[in-house]
Amino acid sequence: MNNFEYLRAESLGQAAAAAADPATKIIAGGTNLLDLMKYNVERPSRVVDITRLPLKDIAETEAGGLRIGALVPNSDLAYDERIKARYPLLSSAILAGASPQLRNSASTGGNLLQRTRCYYFYDTATPCNKREPGTGCPAVHGQNRIHAILGTSQHCIATHPSDMCVALAALAATVHVTGPNGSRDIAFGDFHRLPGDAPEIDTTLRPGEIVTAVELPPEGFAANHTYLKLRDRLSYAFALVSVAAALRQEGGRVVEARLALGGVAHKPWRDEAAEAMLAGKPASPESFAAAADHLLRDAKGHEHNAFKIELARRAIVRALGQAAAGTPQSQTDKRIR
Amino acid sequence: MPTDPDGPPRSAGKLALTITINGEVRHLSVAPTTVLLDLLREHLGLTGTKKGCDHGQCGACTVLIDGRRVNSCLVLAVMKDGAEVTTIEGLATNGRLHPMQQAFVEHDAFQCGYCTPGQICSAVGLLGEGRARTPDEIRELMSGNICRCGAYVNIVAAIEQVMGAEDSRSAAA
Repeated sequence: MNNFEYLRAESLGQAAAAAADPATKIIAGGTNLLDLMKYNVERPSRVVDITRLPLKDIAETEAGGLRIGALVPNSDLAYDERIKARYPLLSSAILAGASPQLRNSASTGGNLLQRTRCYYFYDTATPCNKREPGTGCPAVHGQNRIHAILGTSQHCIATHPSDMCVALAALAATVHVTGPNGSRDIAFGDFHRLPGDAPEIDTTLRPGEIVTAVELPPEGFAANHTYLKLRDRLSYAFALVSVAAALRQEGGRVVEARLALGGVAHKPWRDEAAEAMLAGKPASPESFAAAADHLLRDAKGHEHNAFKIELARRAIVRALGQAAAGTPQSQTDKRIR
Repeated sequence: MPTDPDGPPRSAGKLALTITINGEVRHLSVAPTTVLLDLLREHLGLTGTKKGCDHGQCGACTVLIDGRRVNSCLVLAVMKDGAEVTTIEGLATNGRLHPMQQAFVEHDAFQCGYCTPGQICSAVGLLGEGRARTPDEIRELMSGNICRCGAYVNIVAAIEQVMGAEDSRSAAA
């Protein structure tokens, strides 16, 4: 990896001021950044270590939710008793991803900011609009089995790799950020962006802005939820398709639904129109199939990933069924029921 | 080391690092780019920790930092100033193998042995976490350690043995 200047931030203000320089990278867990630096995909001239900042707590909010500090490790978050009891969807999604070692290091904020695992993005010998804007996207006509089917552009068909973020999208979390011009909140659905003609930009963060916390609203859908992840091996692999489903039900009817997909788009793909279709409907396979069809109405396959459309359709129906039955997918016993 | 009179350490040159490795406090000077795995192997001669993929995908480099298992290939050494690191070399005490090392020997839980230090450190971390009870849970929570020889069956058996011994000890206590 290229040499860089190391700065240990002693305050958020200092870190944000430093991060405004595009050649500077913030480091916390480092599990993605160092990986990318070893491949020369990321070549920062300065790395700012924020791990000594006080962003490590999970606290109750006045609204009745929880505020998760950006430096809370993924494992601590997944196993936190309040998260397990009130937001088991989030816990399950985190445990579906990575490995125990990586989850011990990886931070909450870093999980949001991890980059795509597109082969071409990682391979500096190939063009990539995300890595080197304007050079082209070999994935569109290349090896694209793991790529996106929703929200793509001719410039990029990469997917966002996170499992945790799919749950956070379904739970309608809020991202708290602080930058050189102060603090603001970003609705989770607005935090990640679609590639359009600027796939090099993953999020709506402005220069120097640092994620300080992720806030969960009071409703956690603890009774009826699931995180169903489908992948090429049973553990420690990125999703081909994943579904976070959550329901509030009364008398066999859906009152409120949440539905977000991973592995299918440049961002966690939550579809509020598909969710709205389920409200007031019986919690039945027919309703679920109609919502799945609606969510996938604009899905577009490429040479190797067209299978994802039917896989996603079936995964949505199965996940909503698991959520309705109150039998969430186990992340240990991988049999899908 | 160039210093900024107004701020904390800030340098592209060598940085001071105090780190405890296997119980021994070390005062070191490292480049910002030095990764913990390379510090252990190349600078300190602790070659028990193995470099497999060097990208967090295989688990061969697993060590314990402040008791938690992590991939040492994805850790900047300078960020762990003040930390306590335990490697495979630090598990035995007074010439006696750690129970997990002993169980790996008894169950023949390896073939080539390259992944073994990482497997054992990961298994020790797993025990400390206390979240695995069943073979399915052991398999899932050891999924960050790849064994290309395929010694998984015996690795799970070794871990089960140590867990069982711990359970009977706590039941007797």
